[in-house]
Amino acid sequence: MIGLRSPLISLGRTSISALEELGRMGIFFTVAVRQVFARPWELGLILQQLRFVGARSVIVIAVAGAFVGMVVALQFYDVLVRFGSVSLLGSAVGWSLVRELGPVITALIVIGRAGSATCAEIGIMRTDNQIDALECMAIDPYRYLIFPRFVAFLIAVPLLTAVFNVVGIFGGWFVSVAVFKVSQGAYFQSMADTVLLNDLAMGVSKSLVFSVLIVWICTGKGFLMNLNKGMVFGAEGVSRATTDAVVAASISVLFADYIVSALML
Amino acid sequence: MTEKSSLEISVGLFMVIGLLSLTYLAVKLGDIGVFADDTYSLNARFVSSSGLTEGAFVEVGGVRVGTVQDIKVDYESYESIVEMSLDPNIKLQDDAIASIRTSGIIGDKFVKIAPGGSELYLEAGDEILETESSISIEELISKYIFESGDTD
Repeated sequence: MIGLRSPLISLGRTSISALEELGRMGIFFTVAVRQVFARPWELGLILQQLRFVGARSVIVIAVAGAFVGMVVALQFYDVLVRFGSVSLLGSAVGWSLVRELGPVITALIVIGRAGSATCAEIGIMRTDNQIDALECMAIDPYRYLIFPRFVAFLIAVPLLTAVFNVVGIFGGWFVSVAVFKVSQGAYFQSMADTVLLNDLAMGVSKSLVFSVLIVWICTGKGFLMNLNKGMVFGAEGVSRATTDAVVAASISVLFADYIVSALML
Repeated sequence: MTEKSSLEISVGLFMVIGLLSLTYLAVKLGDIGVFADDTYSLNARFVSSSGLTEGAFVEVGGVRVGTVQDIKVDYESYESIVEMSLDPNIKLQDDAIASIRTSGIIGDKFVKIAPGGSELYLEAGDEILETESSISIEELISKYIFESGDTD
């Protein structure tokens, strides 16, 4: 009997703990967002986070954008040249960057570069009891640790996406115009013709949604690290929380990408 | 002091780069004219505007002079009313002919306007009276088959 029941028991335990985790993250999100009303905002902390998430990511985002733009142009050139429609190269590059690749790849890079670091940082604060210390001093950790990061990600990710797109468009320009001798006018004109304000709005709303998901999951997993399933603390707990955060954030970004695309098409 | 100002400079620089990129995208791709280019609108009534979409081009002599703003159906005559916004430098005669054409075989539909010979010019909000609807290749083929069967 026991042998028959144990898979059911473990299934139940897993679902209950997943449900608990989701609930904790939901409560965490509401409490964090409620800090909008806690005046004054910690502008200094927001600036520091903006430098970390935004300013220091510009170079890596720009390099990634350049190569993605170039490879998209290269691949589409290979297809379009068979139909003799190389003049559509600009619209292919612009469309795929603005609507899809720009927001998604930027989000994935931000998860890897800033999200993982944020999660580890907050996780270590939790294991070192620094967060409890803040509470002892009547300093709201949500206000001092979490909310500035929410604001910073929310501002930085859409701007980084825009940088990625622009650099990608010029990377594509380099391959199309300088390497394959597509006419420059055709490249930019076809891009301007196909990529409309709607597409731009789709890209921006995607990056806003992604930024919320990233900062929510990465700060939440670190902040609630002490409540994790195996009750693992210390270095192993931090590494586990960070891995979880990166995986969960990446998956939810890709999932949200489909949802937003389906809603806005 | 220097530590603090370098923080602000780097964040400021990032914001400037980001916002510049966003404006570049919006102006270059989204067609948000900073200096809203003034246009005037004309309507044209087609029996069918099948395949024409908002944002399609309007061409005069093969040159793009405007875009299709809006496509509606007339509830009484079941015709389609296409609103176009045109470059104000283009003056069209009241007997100009608007026709819906396809660029290439499978390309996008666009509105081609052929100038007329009248001395009266259309003004903003006027309607082009002479129109040719979109030609559907399927209809042409079925017509051809039907007619050749008929004569036999």
